[in-house]
Amino acid sequence: MEISNIWYFLSALTLLSALMVIISKNPIHSVLYLVFTFFCISAHYVLLNAQFLMAVNIIVYAGAIMVLFLFVIMMFDLKKNIPESKSSLTKLAGSVVAGTLLVILIAIIRKNTIPGPALEKFNSQTGMVENLGQVLYGEFLLPFELVSILFFVAMVGAVLLGKREAGERNF
Amino acid sequence: MELLNTVFIAKAIIVGVVFAITLGIAAYSTYFERKIAAFMQDRIGPDRAGPFGILQPLADAVKMFMKEDFIPANSNKWLFIAGPCLSMLTALMTSAVVPFGDSVTIGGATFDLQGIDVNIGILWVFGIVSLGVYGIMIGGWASNNKFALLGAIRAASQNISYELAMGMAIITILMITGSLSTKQIVEVQQNGHWNIFYQPLGFLIFIICAFAECNRTPFDLPECETELIGGYHTEYSSMKLGFYLFAEYINMFISGAVMATLYFGGYDYPGVEFVTQQFGSNVASFVGVGALIGKSLGFVFVFMWVRWTIPRFRYDQLMNLGWTGLIPLAMYNVVVTGFGILVGKPFMVSIAGLVVLIAALFVYDQLLVKKKIA
Repeated sequence: MEISNIWYFLSALTLLSALMVIISKNPIHSVLYLVFTFFCISAHYVLLNAQFLMAVNIIVYAGAIMVLFLFVIMMFDLKKNIPESKSSLTKLAGSVVAGTLLVILIAIIRKNTIPGPALEKFNSQTGMVENLGQVLYGEFLLPFELVSILFFVAMVGAVLLGKREAGERNF
Repeated sequence: MELLNTVFIAKAIIVGVVFAITLGIAAYSTYFERKIAAFMQDRIGPDRAGPFGILQPLADAVKMFMKEDFIPANSNKWLFIAGPCLSMLTALMTSAVVPFGDSVTIGGATFDLQGIDVNIGILWVFGIVSLGVYGIMIGGWASNNKFALLGAIRAASQNISYELAMGMAIITILMITGSLSTKQIVEVQQNGHWNIFYQPLGFLIFIICAFAECNRTPFDLPECETELIGGYHTEYSSMKLGFYLFAEYINMFISGAVMATLYFGGYDYPGVEFVTQQFGSNVASFVGVGALIGKSLGFVFVFMWVRWTIPRFRYDQLMNLGWTGLIPLAMYNVVVTGFGILVGKPFMVSIAGLVVLIAALFVYDQLLVKKKIA
């Protein structure tokens, strides 16, 4: 089996499951399709020889964030909280706008050739943990540490919001 | 192409054998669980099916398959079926990266006794563990039963909470080894340099988290029968229930194997060199496989021992232990290990760190007690 065939199959699967995320009526089904989409994307990472990104994608997105999504959606009473469907005019407008955007994007991609990495500089081992770590903690050390500060700020904010205030409850 | 084929066949055989061993051990764990429970409670335990009741798992399997397979009327049918399937799938997938033995040479070709040797080995384990909760959550939600849903939600929050401490316990192992590959983690520990000596605190954190991730007593709140009837599998019957219970035993064995790999030297055992000299390296490798499985079974026994000794935690106690107990301890452990590597004496510093920790806790406790009295 050619590797490009695997790529086509995976891409079709990814697009299909991503479509199902927005088509399916039940939010739980949407979340599960989204998890499946993340798995397909992880498989793409494997094809690109980026095993570390594959594992991290599964751990962070499929394993933690989507579990929290599922957690929150399960708490809803789905029969009561399904939002009413939009009017057909809104649907039509939405499709026209999205279709135009799609056409523009396809036109741009067809007109331009996206430059890939230069063949003589290409290194199949770039995605391995060791090389990724060298890049993250060497060349991009400052942005990396700044991102961690950003996360820390977000965490402090979440704790502050989640903490019960003294005195009368307002919510 | 010829080489690829032999490698492929060898890997297929290894995966098949690991699969068979896992299922066999999981089946007999149910028997030994009852025997151990009986021993602890001064009973006899199962003794009717075959000599010493040795055919009990077989009888259980027949019973499970013969029972009515019931799907509740208002449940989500496909997700209801998918729940136990996902549980089994995630339970079985972890064993792919556990190195079951050193390499074996047959007919001039060398094979590693391991499913796949990837350089992200331990991250794979961690990823699959974090997916393990989907089977329980989907099954619990699809049952359309409030108690099942409560069990599922408990399972999800418990798994997410304990994953953090588990990840930080693993980080210290990575700091010592300098690699994510499970094979290298084991190779560093050969000849008795087991990580348990360098990481006693890390191992303690890891085993507590393993109990929580396997939903075993004292952390079996998702299926807490005094509060939730049966928890997430309240609505399940027949072999679907069987798969949920079976997945728990598989998880126990695999987490035992992972703990042996990370902390107890994997397939290392005393006297490797003697066996290699006497009988050749192939025999030594297979004895190593036996050593790893023996260590894992030891952990399975610890799981059962604890189950029949310690009562269940309350839910707020569970969350308190996870977030305010284990995560700060794991952070402390990371700092101590880093200091040890910096100084160049990881063993001394880890022991010193443990002593300092116990002393600090003791002093803190004493101060608190005096305050309470005064």
